[in-house]
Amino acid sequence: MSMVPTLLSVENLSKSYGGVHAVRSVSFALRAGEILALIGPNGAGKSTCFDMLNGQNIPDSGRINLLGEDTVGKKPRQVWRLGVGRTFQITATFPTMTVRENVQVALVSYGRQLFNLWGSTARYAREEAGRLLDLVGMGAYAGRPCGELAYGDLKRLELAIALANQPKLLLMDEPTAGMAPRERIELMRLTAQIAREKSIGVLFTEHDMDVVFEHADRILVLNRGSLIAEGTPEQVRGNPQVRAIYLGEGLVYDSRHREGAGA
Amino acid sequence: MAFYFVQFLTGLASAASLFLVASGLSIIFGVTRIVNFAHGAFYMLGAYVAFTLTERFSGALGFWGGIVVAALVVAVVGVIVEMVLLRRIYHAPELFQLLATFGLTLMVEDLVVLIWGPDDLLGRRAPGFKGAVDFFGQNIPTYDLFLIAISPIVLGGLWLLFQRTRWGVLVRAATQDRDMVAALGVNQKWLFTSVFALGVFLAALGGALQIPRDAVHHALDLRIIVDVFVVVVIGGLGSIIGAFVAAVLVSELNAFGILIFPKISIILVFLVMAVVLIVRPWGLFGKPEAAARRTPGLSVNPWRPLTTNERWLAIAGLAVAAMLPLFAGNYALTVGSEIAIFVIFAASLHFLMSVGGLASFGHAAYFGLGAYGVAFLAKMAGLPMIVSLLVGPLLGLVGAAIFGFFAVQLSGVYFAMLTLAFAQIVWSIAFQWVTVTGGDNGILGVWPEKWAAGPASFYWLSLGIAAIAVAILRVIVFSPFGFALRATRDSLLRSEAIGINGKRVQWTAFVIAGTVAGFAGALFAYLKGSVFPDSLGISLSVDALVMVLLGGVETVSGAVVGAIVFKALNIWLVSQTDLSKLVLGGFVVLIVVAFPKGIVGVLETIRNRRKSSTSESSSKSSLATSRIETAE
Repeated sequence: MSMVPTLLSVENLSKSYGGVHAVRSVSFALRAGEILALIGPNGAGKSTCFDMLNGQNIPDSGRINLLGEDTVGKKPRQVWRLGVGRTFQITATFPTMTVRENVQVALVSYGRQLFNLWGSTARYAREEAGRLLDLVGMGAYAGRPCGELAYGDLKRLELAIALANQPKLLLMDEPTAGMAPRERIELMRLTAQIAREKSIGVLFTEHDMDVVFEHADRILVLNRGSLIAEGTPEQVRGNPQVRAIYLGEGLVYDSRHREGAGA
Repeated sequence: MAFYFVQFLTGLASAASLFLVASGLSIIFGVTRIVNFAHGAFYMLGAYVAFTLTERFSGALGFWGGIVVAALVVAVVGVIVEMVLLRRIYHAPELFQLLATFGLTLMVEDLVVLIWGPDDLLGRRAPGFKGAVDFFGQNIPTYDLFLIAISPIVLGGLWLLFQRTRWGVLVRAATQDRDMVAALGVNQKWLFTSVFALGVFLAALGGALQIPRDAVHHALDLRIIVDVFVVVVIGGLGSIIGAFVAAVLVSELNAFGILIFPKISIILVFLVMAVVLIVRPWGLFGKPEAAARRTPGLSVNPWRPLTTNERWLAIAGLAVAAMLPLFAGNYALTVGSEIAIFVIFAASLHFLMSVGGLASFGHAAYFGLGAYGVAFLAKMAGLPMIVSLLVGPLLGLVGAAIFGFFAVQLSGVYFAMLTLAFAQIVWSIAFQWVTVTGGDNGILGVWPEKWAAGPASFYWLSLGIAAIAVAILRVIVFSPFGFALRATRDSLLRSEAIGINGKRVQWTAFVIAGTVAGFAGALFAYLKGSVFPDSLGISLSVDALVMVLLGGVETVSGAVVGAIVFKALNIWLVSQTDLSKLVLGGFVVLIVVAFPKGIVGVLETIRNRRKSSTSESSSKSSLATSRIETAE
């Protein structure tokens, strides 16, 4: 285990809004090639955590060390330059461009050609864009306007965009939200496969427990801003505290209890 | 001391009308999300109608009744406008709404001249408020005291209306989330109409109450609307308290600015506005704006560079245009040069708007700066024409770099208003700094040198520069930078998440657009042989917006077509009719309602449709695949 380098280490991360402690002294670490799930009921602080890792939100206190660099106070675009790809809970893509152009813009940015006024974007890194699209199974859609895509395809396109800077870490906020059950499994299988092949660390939040328990190497459980459990899927599944607070007592997948816990 | 106190009271009295109009604008914006440019026109109509009524009916009842009835009459006009026009464009982008209501303003300007004549009209004095009160040797008109009392009364009345009535609760709910209010079963149509009626009533009342103080004339609308924009931007769009505080602030700044800094009195207000916007971009009492919506249904035809055939077609078109001097007279060539210059100007704004999604309402500033730059170099430094023509536009670049830096910190309506304010600052400087700019008299005698002096040679020069400018802008659209700029327009969140510094990209685009506009202005100075503050004015900025929309904002080079059609039509209309504003305004309204995609957008859509229909008929299988694709 010690041979695999630590990608991300978070120490005592905290953030509060007024009197509400959204995130309280959260610490964890992520190794290369590891798939780590961050779960918790609605309002547990998952998204706040995510936004702080990505630079969209500034923590009140705590340290975030990414590949040896302290990223607190860095802007999202600076964090991206360190090698972090991000997908959003509600997809964010460029609807007036084609699918291929969406990826090409990310490649343009990666190649530091943003202020190139004279070149042709259409010819810029076309093969590389095609390769990334093939990787996520979107190769056939390359020429389509992005605004016409179905939601599941947009999620896959986002993954391709997020891979454009050859990231060492992927942050995926509810990657399968809004997708059909079969698409969910497929997308996460694809993500896991890419992560293992390229030794990318993945941190994702998710509400679908099938997805979490099937794909995560380790699981972090947040509740009311605090980390209440951490471990392998088996350990977390067996943790009585998690069952009580998050999964509900009794039946694990009882929707009534889950909603009750989330409210 | 007494003098300053009286000056303070005069400021408060001036605030009354400003507050009435601004609160109306704010209420309308809060609920319908429409920034009603025509609000100044309703204010002016209120003054005109009140003038007629108070002249017709004498006595105190005639006067005060006339004022209130005038406001009611104009409110009815407002209701008609809302039902016929605005209901069709509630879901259009803000820009289209601003333009449609600007078109209305143009129409009203001609209509009032048609009905009431072009001369200033002096209204009656208010019965019961004809005298003045002595205050330590200074006179205060009693009507001013009446006006000072009006604002708090109206403010209190509005507060009661919004806090204590069912209708008021609905309006406040709709201001927060109109979709939710609609989902709760409230008839949104009538809510919007009634809110619009109230807003227009307040504006017309503001106009009507001005007649004992000010002459009524047909330029009242633009004068008040700029002040009102400033007020609502400082106070915060949608906030009535904000409108009140800002109206007082602006009026006092005007009242004391004239005493303390007579030279820069106009600028003072705009400087305050710029500072407020930078410190609190949503105004003193406003709330941060939700992200601007994209219009559903206004689908974008995908952008692509010209095909080889189209490139040849463009070159052929240019060649035909270049042959104009062979058969056209001097007048036609001068018109041709002017059109070419406006093609450059419109293309520069189009680049900013369509690629960057940044609708500048003050783009004339950079056009005018280019023109003044040339005039300074040619007249004062005595530089040769070719040098002035190349260096002069850099003044546009400098202006765009300074103002653009602040402007790109904002977006949407606030961006539009800040750019408008900056353009007004530049205009004020040109207007007031007489020793350098010649003020209203402008700078004369900026004539081209011999090699470019003939109408034909100047036409070729303008055409050549226009062709180069449009070609360069097109290359930039498809360059990596152009895509980065489109990325910031499409999704700021995503562009930031892939390492794009959105503000810097937008700033660069602003500077590019400003510089190109500067070149247009430089040529314009040589074409006219002179430079006036007009070439920095609002109406020129709006002309540019109309050209862009006419051509089609969602196209790559629509502005070229838009500029040619608009400018030709404009020049022809001015020569044919005295009611050119009426026709032009109607035309603008028609474009927004009937052809929001613009000329080029409509052509592209027709072509795309034809293309897909021919491919469908040619093979059954391709039809099947396209069906499947749409189903996915």
